[in-house]
Amino acid sequence: MSYLELKNIDVAYDGRHKVLDNLQLNIEEGQLVSLLGPSGCGKTTTLRVVGGLLEANAGQILLGGKDYTNIPIHKRNFGIVFQSYALFPHMTVEDNVAFGLKMRGDKKAEIGRKVAEILATVDLTDLGKRYPKELSGGQRQRVALARALVVRPKLLLLDEPLSNLDAKLRLKMRVEIREIQQKLGITTIFVTHDQEECFSISDRVAVMNGGIIEQYDSPENIYSYPATEFVARFVGYENFLPLERTARGLASGGSIDFKIDGSRLIPEREGLKGTIRPEDMVILTPDSPIDHNIIEGQVEVRTYLGKSYQYKVSTAFGDLVANGSSQRLYAAGEKIRLHLPENRLIVV
Amino acid sequence: MKRKNTFLIFMVGLVYFFIFAPLVLIALTSFTTESYIAFPPVGFTLDWYSKVFANKTFISSFKLSFTISLAATSIALLVGVPGAYALSRNSFRGKKFIKDLFFSPNLVPQVVLGFALFTFIIVRLRLNVQAALLLGLAISVVTYAFRIVGASIESLDYAIEEAAMSLGANRLTVFFRIVLPNISSGIVSAFLLAFINAFNNVPLTIFLSGPGVVTLPVAMMSYIEYNYDPTVSALSVLLMLMSLAIMLVSEKLVKSGR
Ligand SMILES: Nc1ncnc2c1ncn2[C@@H]1O[C@H](COP(=O)(O)OP(=O)(O)O)[C@@H](O)[C@H]1O
Ligand SMILES: [Mg+2]
Repeated sequence: MSYLELKNIDVAYDGRHKVLDNLQLNIEEGQLVSLLGPSGCGKTTTLRVVGGLLEANAGQILLGGKDYTNIPIHKRNFGIVFQSYALFPHMTVEDNVAFGLKMRGDKKAEIGRKVAEILATVDLTDLGKRYPKELSGGQRQRVALARALVVRPKLLLLDEPLSNLDAKLRLKMRVEIREIQQKLGITTIFVTHDQEECFSISDRVAVMNGGIIEQYDSPENIYSYPATEFVARFVGYENFLPLERTARGLASGGSIDFKIDGSRLIPEREGLKGTIRPEDMVILTPDSPIDHNIIEGQVEVRTYLGKSYQYKVSTAFGDLVANGSSQRLYAAGEKIRLHLPENRLIVV
Repeated sequence: MKRKNTFLIFMVGLVYFFIFAPLVLIALTSFTTESYIAFPPVGFTLDWYSKVFANKTFISSFKLSFTISLAATSIALLVGVPGAYALSRNSFRGKKFIKDLFFSPNLVPQVVLGFALFTFIIVRLRLNVQAALLLGLAISVVTYAFRIVGASIESLDYAIEEAAMSLGANRLTVFFRIVLPNISSGIVSAFLLAFINAFNNVPLTIFLSGPGVVTLPVAMMSYIEYNYDPTVSALSVLLMLMSLAIMLVSEKLVKSGR
């Protein structure tokens, strides 16, 4: 049994179109799990259902084995950090942070001690007397975090908490969030549409698409072994080759037999595709001894990426994208041979 | 750009002129020594002001207007503030209809409202004129509470209420500790507009005045019918000063409330 269990959650705002469709998710205690997916896929909706801000049309939420489905939001004791931070404009930083403790009826001295402690944790000790409008974006975000954390919530819910910050601060804050989350051991759901951000701090990632979870796995597995074409495309796979099952294995376009890493199971269904990242493609030199998983093509256009060059190559299987080093440059119109290493070629 | 600015200043100046010129004229005529309202004023005297305070009808109708307007405005806010909150935070069937009803100021002409209240409250229910006045004025100004306070509530990020709830506050606590402090300036504005409108109301109160129960604007009207002396000018000046004072005080209140 997991710490948090979402069972068969359905949400349809208008009663007809399902925004979440039979959603299932299990989260272990102390883990940080990200919901990753494009805008509109239902991440916020999922978070709102868990937080009790939105009633699901069907389904169940269990936390520590207890049914939370019908517990109202103010009795759940979950910490929520909103995208807009949602600080109380008429209260100082200290009062914002103290609000949850006051609602719980903690003693005054106790409240003062806990507020000071959490403000120190998020590095805001000197700003306690300020009002939210007197703070920078990063400081507001930390107040929001402190306000949610000070009550020691059973669950921390973060909805794109970094999306309103500039790029540099985003990097810094995501490390801070991870650090605090691990220090306090709080089970956390983190919503984001940014792949890098999510991979960098998550124990597990749920990739969502159209109201369902396409893959729920470790960041490493999702990066290297996407389970579906959607996940593959979302995490940066750009080349897709239709594959057929043959007596000897897998072939593309009836002509090339592909070798694939044997340790992974090939899905038992029609419409398989082989996929590989541009940076995993190898452009072979004429004297290369490699003799398998080779596709021939002609360079259409070369672009410069900084670390490497990228080629759009027209082949019998359509246009493919491959990265190449600066050691040997190829010009538009040149014929090249592309190698798809068997441990990098994924079947989805 | 420069030319546009001059034009703008000219237009704004014109608007201010048309608003303030009559007020200035009336103020000037209140000091005249002549016994009729004339411009330019002749001489200088404060006699007309002492006449205002000596006039028993004016004093009693001022007291009536002030207390009834205050009470009607309070009722309008007590209904309008929670009402506007409930309307903006809930969705239900018929919401739009209710919204249109409360938000449209002059759906029913005030004269019609006055007549209806007169026939039902006074004639049928045999309640006194004050009760009818109170109810009528409350109805006629409740729209200010709905519209102004409603706008304040709409501009408040709903997420802060959700944040408060997630921290353990129930609906009632959220309303009093989170919503109310953030819409206080809207409430003060609504109070001001509603009070001044109630105080100045003629079309409704003319219907609901009775023997010995006359609101100040109605008393002023009937006074002018028979006397064309500057007492009314002096009274007008006093009323303007009152409005100004209320406005300044409430502005202070809003500022110190932040
Ligand atoms: N309050 C709402 N009423 C109706 N539809 C909504 C509402 N909130 C979200 N939706 C719809 O539900 C879908 C999922 O939205 P959301 O959960 O906000 O996505 P995400 O957070 O992944 O961007 C979207 O198609 C959105 O238009
Ligand atoms: Mg969202």
